Amino acid sequence: MEPLFQFFNNLFPFISDWPEWLAHTVVGVVTVLLLFGFVALFALFAIWLERKISAHMQDRLGPMEVGGWHGWAQPIADAIKLLVKEDIIPAMADRTLFKLAPVIVFTAALAGFAVLPWSQDFIPADLNVGLLYILSVSSFAVIGLLMGGWASNNKWSLYGAMRAASQMISYEIPVALALLAVIMNAGTMSMRHLVIAQSGNILDWNVFNFFPLTAVAFFIYFVASLAEVNRTPFDLPEGESELVGGFHTEYSSMRFAFFFLGEYANMYIVSAIATTVFLGGWLAPFEALNFIPGPIWFVGKAMTLVFIQMWLRWTLPRLRVDQLMYTCWKVLTPFSFAIILLIGLWKVL
Amino acid sequence: MKKSNIPESQFELQVPESLKTEEMTISMGPQHPSTHGVLQVILKTDGEIINSAKPQIGYLHRCFEKHAENITWHQVIPFTDRLDYIASMNNNLGYVIGIERMMNLEVNERAEHLRVVVSELNRIASHLIALGTYGLDIGAFTPFLYVFRDREKILDLFEEISGARLLYNYIWVGGVAYDAPEGWREKVLEFCDYFEPKIKEYNDILTYNKIFIERTANVGVIPAEVGISYGVSGPSLRGSGVNFDLRKDDPYSIYDRFDFNVVVGKGEMGTVGDTWDRYWVRVDEMVESVKIIRQALENLPEGDAKETVPRNIKVPAGEYYMRTETPRGELGFYIISDGSKMPNRVKVRSPAFCNLSVLQAIAPGVMIADLVAIIGSLDIVLGEVDR
Amino acid sequence: MTAQEIYNSIQEKFPDTIVEFNDSVLQPYIKLTPDQFNEVCQFLRDTDTLGFDALMNLSGVDYGEELGTVYHLYSMQHRHKIVLKVNVPREHAEIPTVADLWRTADWHEREVFDLYGINFINHPDMRRILLPDDWEGYPLRKDYVQPEEYNGITIAHPDMKGNSDEEK
Repeated sequence: MEPLFQFFNNLFPFISDWPEWLAHTVVGVVTVLLLFGFVALFALFAIWLERKISAHMQDRLGPMEVGGWHGWAQPIADAIKLLVKEDIIPAMADRTLFKLAPVIVFTAALAGFAVLPWSQDFIPADLNVGLLYILSVSSFAVIGLLMGGWASNNKWSLYGAMRAASQMISYEIPVALALLAVIMNAGTMSMRHLVIAQSGNILDWNVFNFFPLTAVAFFIYFVASLAEVNRTPFDLPEGESELVGGFHTEYSSMRFAFFFLGEYANMYIVSAIATTVFLGGWLAPFEALNFIPGPIWFVGKAMTLVFIQMWLRWTLPRLRVDQLMYTCWKVLTPFSFAIILLIGLWKVL
Repeated sequence: MKKSNIPESQFELQVPESLKTEEMTISMGPQHPSTHGVLQVILKTDGEIINSAKPQIGYLHRCFEKHAENITWHQVIPFTDRLDYIASMNNNLGYVIGIERMMNLEVNERAEHLRVVVSELNRIASHLIALGTYGLDIGAFTPFLYVFRDREKILDLFEEISGARLLYNYIWVGGVAYDAPEGWREKVLEFCDYFEPKIKEYNDILTYNKIFIERTANVGVIPAEVGISYGVSGPSLRGSGVNFDLRKDDPYSIYDRFDFNVVVGKGEMGTVGDTWDRYWVRVDEMVESVKIIRQALENLPEGDAKETVPRNIKVPAGEYYMRTETPRGELGFYIISDGSKMPNRVKVRSPAFCNLSVLQAIAPGVMIADLVAIIGSLDIVLGEVDR
Repeated sequence: MTAQEIYNSIQEKFPDTIVEFNDSVLQPYIKLTPDQFNEVCQFLRDTDTLGFDALMNLSGVDYGEELGTVYHLYSMQHRHKIVLKVNVPREHAEIPTVADLWRTADWHEREVFDLYGINFINHPDMRRILLPDDWEGYPLRKDYVQPEEYNGITIAHPDMKGNSDEEK
């Protein structure tokens, strides 16, 4: 966390007077709280945004009452409702696993935030294998989903859990391969250095590198990441018209809220990875726009991708299980291999 | 003593027993989002594949036939509303025409035209729900609200003419309950102009969506002879390529005067009789319904459409099987009268009941997601299945 | 084909089964005995000139001393229809099934069994369909008396009793 420490040091010079253990602890705790606050705020905002977007796409208004202006306080009311609701655990459920599952899902999502580079200096942990770390941590969530579906002791939940497991594990391959295409060229897996390697103007971003090869890789990554976070058209694990609610059918109140929070946090993480790897992270598209601070660019780009995810959700129907697997193994995976091969050839030539 | 898994010598190494698998029995419903009501289907599945699906019905049985034997002829009409509650006008029509034929009654021209207009409007409204909920079954939310936006306009028209938005009790023996209010004719024509371009909108967002086609084409194919044998009727049978529409083949009311096409499935995206074909027949039928409405309104005679028959009718002794084409198919009323002021027997041949029975024949071998698509494409209304 | 011609062809093949033929009502009907009913139906379905491939409707009727089942047949090919009736005594209500000929009859016969208590011989799955399996009695029979309660659940609301008496 050296860059982070320096960042705080520049901001509050008096930190350097403190003993090292204290300074590190304070900085660490503050950062975690900041991130947690961001996740919670983002989830509330994203829920509101999703409801408004869906409403406007469907020729209605969505929440308009709570809080006055366009129902901005609606998600807060929803959150309070979820928190004070009765927590129901089915009688025949495996209580320990049932309680543990949402925690795992949410922890996995939150852990991913550790390596997101918000700006040149503000990065909680600049690991040299940052990308690898984030991929591994986010695939941890599948254990939580499987646990929740199994522990509910409900056949529909079990179906959802099995679908989640097969889907998320399969789609990790195209995700990783698409990212590999960029890593090969950049020669680093550190999130920070990946962005720094893209400095310049918009044409230096990785997505325009080796045009159109990396652009295709970006597309593959985006499609596969939709499946990773169970968004339409790949929302089979939840698929409410088939599986009632999938793995979270039996969950209510707080625990359901955690699943929900985890889902939205994951939406942000996959968008943030795409931003970092393909869209130049915190960098401005043109030098002239450099006066706008990095975090704003970073969040702005990620939010645009989140918006596209929502847009797709309210437009497309859902795939079937076999079509989902077909898309992964027979379309996305071979294409990402081809791209790696072509970029390799390009580099050699 | 428990045997160790590690063999003592390599010669004891044996091929492990294959993983034990068995069928899983799942109850889909009566509370399930895509059974369109309180239908229960007992599924036997092998993973995602369905080995058998047995519908269990009766959760919404409201004793229509028993009730009908204890109330007067006119009092049955509101009960018919509640059979297929999203196409009430069509239900009224079938029952009322049955009685009129038994009594050999003439209905005035204006009432006949109004009956056709409201029936076809209701057909559109019902097909809209079928479209929207089918989108929901496949996982597309937005079309559902698009169709509800347009159905709302039809309900407004119905509210104006009958006073009700869902259960109209509008078509009575000998005519209709109320004449159309002033300006209603123009409003319906306005709606027709508004509605026709909207069908393209549905096609853009749902019908020709690649994922939608992938999900529905070649799924749940009902071959024509299987459909006929199971008594499948209406759009579901026409989807299998059978050109059979009671409005043409066994005309009632004044349907023989209008010029419209019978839409049949052609297997445009896959096999004839798949779920996409059944869906497409409904979309195209709305276009034909608009055509009929326009023709009927064009020739709408002046005068009073209100029924002139006394409320306390006595139907001459006899029996009649009256069948009409509702949005779901062949709705039959088998009416037996003993000459008194109450029916002796009213049997409802419900199209949704027969359409649903074909499910057990076509379900084996499909996936759970396909079963949802098939149930949606049969467009059942549980109020009519259970009566 | 007219009803008279259909009657004639059955008369020719199965002379003993016909009880009554009525051509003067709105929808002409042929009344048959239950004995050879399945064979007659098979004949109606499989003869090319008759070709009754669709069973429009199947309903039970309570005639008082007798119970009956009414079959409305239709031919998709020739576009003609006929009504068949089979009456059976109340105490011994058994009719051969036609579920093997028209699959429509499968659920409809179960419904008639459920509500009228007519047993269909050789039906593949003769169970109640609309009512619960442990329901007692056959509600659409005219002499059906509504039970006071079902599995401990009161059926008739006490307030409703007075009303139904008034109407009579």
